[in-house]
Amino acid sequence: MIEVLVGFAATLRHAGVAATRDRVPALLAAAAELGAGDPAGVYWAGRLTLCSEPDDLPIYDAAFAAYFGGTHPAAPRGLPISVTLPQVSTPFAGGTGAGDDEPAELFSLAASPVEVLRHRDVAELSTVERDEVRRLVALLEPATAPRRSRRYRPARRGTVDVHRTVRAALRQGGEATRLARQDRRTRPRRLVLLLDVSGSMSPYADALLRFGHAAVRRRPTLTEVFTLGTRLTRVTRAMRHRDPDAALRAAGAAIPDWHGGTRLADSLHAFLDRWGQRGTARGAVVVVCSDGWEFGDPADLAGQLHRLSRLAYRLVWVNPHRGKPGYEPLAGGMAAALPFLDEFVAGHSLAALQDLVGVIARA
Amino acid sequence: MDSPAQLAQALAGTGYLADAGLATAGYLAVKLRRPLFLEGEAGVGKTAFAQALAEATGAHLVRLQCYEGLDAAQALYDWDFPRQMLHLRAVTAAQAHPDPAALEAGLYDRRFLIARPLLQALELQPCVLLVDEIDRADDEFEAFLLEVLADAAITIPEVGRIAADTPPLAVLTSNRTREVHDALKRRCLYHWVEHPGFEREVAILRRRLPRLTGELAGQVATAAARMRKLDLIKPPGVAESIDWAAALSALGARTLDPQTAAATLGAVLKYREDIDRVRGSGVLEP
Repeated sequence: MIEVLVGFAATLRHAGVAATRDRVPALLAAAAELGAGDPAGVYWAGRLTLCSEPDDLPIYDAAFAAYFGGTHPAAPRGLPISVTLPQVSTPFAGGTGAGDDEPAELFSLAASPVEVLRHRDVAELSTVERDEVRRLVALLEPATAPRRSRRYRPARRGTVDVHRTVRAALRQGGEATRLARQDRRTRPRRLVLLLDVSGSMSPYADALLRFGHAAVRRRPTLTEVFTLGTRLTRVTRAMRHRDPDAALRAAGAAIPDWHGGTRLADSLHAFLDRWGQRGTARGAVVVVCSDGWEFGDPADLAGQLHRLSRLAYRLVWVNPHRGKPGYEPLAGGMAAALPFLDEFVAGHSLAALQDLVGVIARA
Repeated sequence: MDSPAQLAQALAGTGYLADAGLATAGYLAVKLRRPLFLEGEAGVGKTAFAQALAEATGAHLVRLQCYEGLDAAQALYDWDFPRQMLHLRAVTAAQAHPDPAALEAGLYDRRFLIARPLLQALELQPCVLLVDEIDRADDEFEAFLLEVLADAAITIPEVGRIAADTPPLAVLTSNRTREVHDALKRRCLYHWVEHPGFEREVAILRRRLPRLTGELAGQVATAAARMRKLDLIKPPGVAESIDWAAALSALGARTLDPQTAAATLGAVLKYREDIDRVRGSGVLEP
């Protein structure tokens, strides 16, 4: 039985649940307690010890059914959230620009110094230039400004720190000779990046995801990255890989709707219900990166952005087309979004992304 | 207690009706002495479960509500400085030359120590420790909590080590406003608490509000279940349907008619958009 359970944990690991080996002893103990001969006992023993978030549960149910055959005994009713099972996909297949892999372009980098490259639209770069831009994006350090937190720390000035004052007084026989003071500590705000990975944004998705990776690297616990398309995908975990390429590969495997259509309102709705309203967006700097192409009704998008703008501290919209001469935010979704935005910036080139770092830091 | 079913029965005795999954989770937490990590929509009864578990197992309940800025002085222990000061003054007033060592030892006596929830949980036995909304605390606090839970002991420099003979049974809840560290989750049993099914919700309503008619309980449960499918900003949990049923019952309603329902919607829905949506959807029609 032990081999069977250890094998099950390994199966679950392969299916994408973080059922690490150190969880196996707990699984064995729980199964022994509930009776390993009982399918329901094994089901609950595994579910309680190997899963650690709601997204794990549908995967667990599928893996349990596949491994032990038949269906699990106590089929939970529909979860409030739905996830697709991870599938092997080809991340970042296809280039992110026109004219890939032309040998003649190997020479073009020498002729375009970084300063020129900074202002080039990332959709129009050659392979070599793109690699250089990727390297430079990885060096960006997007970080939010600090806010006053609820925690105090000893300080030279500020309110009187009664505890430290009295403590010092006790050491001196009950004579308070000096007033110790304290002040609020500061903490950075949370940063939430919502990246549109639909077909119309595909030339920019690579650069924006790399920007997301740079942000997560800078502040791993205070940054959240989601992708929008026809559905919402959280890629924060994938983005925690140190290496940008590995992070993007992992994110690519997690995103089911890569280069698909756009249902911004629905994806934002899913974000607000599952994450935003509960606290992820509260008091955070929220950055939406999208061209505003919306298949659905722009009024729905306006409704969701209104909700988001009431939760977020600052709502920033990044639209790569904004950097192009003659662009007017007339696309249905974009026009509907404008009234709720605190900042509306471009994100089409390295320079624009550097400006975005400034906007995030100021916000 | 020998099986999850027996625990479910004991919980039912306190008025909490747990489903098979939650009863199994609670049973394993008791048997394996592992913390239980509960997640689920707001109002599904995560906090109430810890209270019921304490009552069913005859343990004390100690609750630590987490919030940003929670630190050791608020979660663990603190010295009662004003009383220490008074003690010092009283001793020096009574004796001209007190023994400094004895005086200092007297200052850090147990009676000047204020036990905050985590220390209380170690001293009260047996005990269910409810760490509510752990995601609201800073992430530094998690590491600290992990240490206390792992050792079931703390060391106070002036007093020494205080350890629990029976480690407290910890129940952690989270609303997922941020991701809790894997290190903490790994040591816990994880359970996602679901909204109850129709029959269980009716049973919960009747258990909580004995004066409620069976018909009204059924109607409230049906309406609440329909509202949960409406894609609302804040779908009602069991806590809200209990509030709603209590409001209806306070008005003397015996069945759910559209007028009374519309007048009491504020008990179950907390957003104007949701109220408009429910009114327009015909959910309240019989």
